Amino acid sequence: MNHRVLLAVLLLLALPSWAVIETYQFDTDLQRQRYNAFIEELRCPKCQNQNLSGSDSAISQDLRRQLHAMIMAGKSDIEITQYMVDRYGDFILYRPRFNAATAVLWLLPVGLLLGGLAIWAMMASRRARRVPIQPLDDHDRAALDSLLSDEEKPSERAGGDS
Amino acid sequence: MSRIKLFLPLIIFLVLVAIFFGVQRRVQTGDYSSTALPSALLNKPLPEFSLPTLQGESLSRADLPQQWLLVNVWATWCPTCHYEHPFLVELAERGVPILGVDYKDRRDPALKWLAEKGDPYFATLFDEQGTLGLDLGVTGAPETYLVDAEGIVRFRYQGALDQEVWDEQFAPMLSSLEEASP
Repeated sequence: MNHRVLLAVLLLLALPSWAVIETYQFDTDLQRQRYNAFIEELRCPKCQNQNLSGSDSAISQDLRRQLHAMIMAGKSDIEITQYMVDRYGDFILYRPRFNAATAVLWLLPVGLLLGGLAIWAMMASRRARRVPIQPLDDHDRAALDSLLSDEEKPSERAGGDS
Repeated sequence: MSRIKLFLPLIIFLVLVAIFFGVQRRVQTGDYSSTALPSALLNKPLPEFSLPTLQGESLSRADLPQQWLLVNVWATWCPTCHYEHPFLVELAERGVPILGVDYKDRRDPALKWLAEKGDPYFATLFDEQGTLGLDLGVTGAPETYLVDAEGIVRFRYQGALDQEVWDEQFAPMLSSLEEASP
């Protein structure tokens, strides 16, 4: 019985219904798409790692309202981005623009990849330089056999093969 | 050489441990906070504003005194502001000019707050919609900005001011400001 109740409760819990719901009106689909793109790409300045769409903090609500107002006022994407960066710095962009402060962010992965490739190339060339193991030719095999058999049974095979 | 190579993973591990403990240590001592962002306004002019004060007069940036001052963003809904307020009153008694910004608040509780707890501000802007807060890049109350005599933002502190913060962060900034413009 308890399991059924639990199951019913779990089925009735609609987690998506707890997500942020704000009803902003847009004139065109493009405006709505730009708004949705911006709230994914802009980061909540108060939170550690949330975008505007995922955060319910007061500052995120304000920024969403401001974003909506700017889109409805016909501001371009560049103007909106500049407005946000002027106030909250590069931190607010999940893909910060390239400058002296963000160079490490952008270049470090490339640097690590190049470093990894260099190490790999070094190891590969070293492996190529090593002399490959040659199979024994007939002469060597015969010599080896004689040596081994000499050790094991010196009386029977002495000087037998060569 | 191959001996050293054998120990390379251990060496890397120890270096990482040292780095992590170093950062953790700086977080504990308060030297570093992952939530404290450098203000985008640093070394830029205080944004233009024209807002009513709590008392109902109008105030704009041009009306500000031509000297260094603090801009303190506060609100009655902000618990940390309760903690901070007595120190602001103390600063005002020492002659520090503080401009208040009542951020996204209601007028009546704010006036009551100042009447009951003392008013450390030479003026308090009533930023009901948070528009000035947005222009300042405020992420939450309390925040305090140090603005120099030319109206340039020199420092931003997020969180409650107290004597320790004042001595460690504001006092050095202020003495360098006063050296620059005697």
